[in-house]
Amino acid sequence: MSNFTPLAALCGGMLIGLSASAMLLLDGKIAGISGILSGVLKPVRGDTIWRVCFLAGLRVFLPRAFDFGIIRPFPLLIIAGLLVGFGARLGSGCTSGHGVCGISRLSPRSLVATGTFIFTGALVVYLVNHLR
Amino acid sequence: MKTLLTSFVSGVMFALGLGISGMTRPVKVIGFLDFFGAWDASLAFVMLGAIVVYSVAFRWSKSKRSPLLASEFLLPRRGDLDANLILGAAIFGAGWGLGGFCPGPALTSLASGALPVFTFVVAMGLGMYLHSFVVEMGRTSSGFAASAANSSQDA
Repeated sequence: MSNFTPLAALCGGMLIGLSASAMLLLDGKIAGISGILSGVLKPVRGDTIWRVCFLAGLRVFLPRAFDFGIIRPFPLLIIAGLLVGFGARLGSGCTSGHGVCGISRLSPRSLVATGTFIFTGALVVYLVNHLR
Repeated sequence: MKTLLTSFVSGVMFALGLGISGMTRPVKVIGFLDFFGAWDASLAFVMLGAIVVYSVAFRWSKSKRSPLLASEFLLPRRGDLDANLILGAAIFGAGWGLGGFCPGPALTSLASGALPVFTFVVAMGLGMYLHSFVVEMGRTSSGFAASAANSSQDA
């Protein structure tokens, strides 16, 4: 637990919640990052520019946040990216859409999805970290 | 126009939230998923903070007919559990644990200019296209791909 940072985590989390709340209350949209991105990769007329604006906003420069700590080798990152992209579309969402927005709405689909991806994520980390 | 500004500012706030909470750092994500190692519970506190705030906003939105700047709330309506949801979440989680990145932190970290992040994001985009391709194939044939077509709606 040496790296545990509960206060920063809670504050950052509340800011994420505030961002998603603004999207809901002002624009009526769900702040699910994989969904927003996929709408840019397969653009639909009249439903693309807001997505580009959101993704542009994501790209603020945060020097301290880019001290990654762990960076997996390139082959693993490529496999990981493919799995994350494919899985997020097949499962209709990711950590933000299911894990934050969906759980807050008490959506059964999102509760199951979040439990599932934490379980398989933990399983893979166990295999990589402890069974090498 | 105002909705576009909301989107941009929300994107900035989202990135700041990820940065402040440390979630742009794979070491924090992998630390959370490492239940049998030096477990780091921070990610659970990020989710807690976000869920507390968003739950209030969601309850409030239910008392309103429409959002402030748009004509309607566009929320997912599905409540059924299907194989695609569980299989997709399982695949997503495996990639999340392997790389330590999910879509939000990866896109935010693009600003670092780091090649590994860029590589992950390109692969993630290809993964999304691969899903679309499988869905398209399903429209002309049958089997697993056909059922994948049902999963196009977001969380």
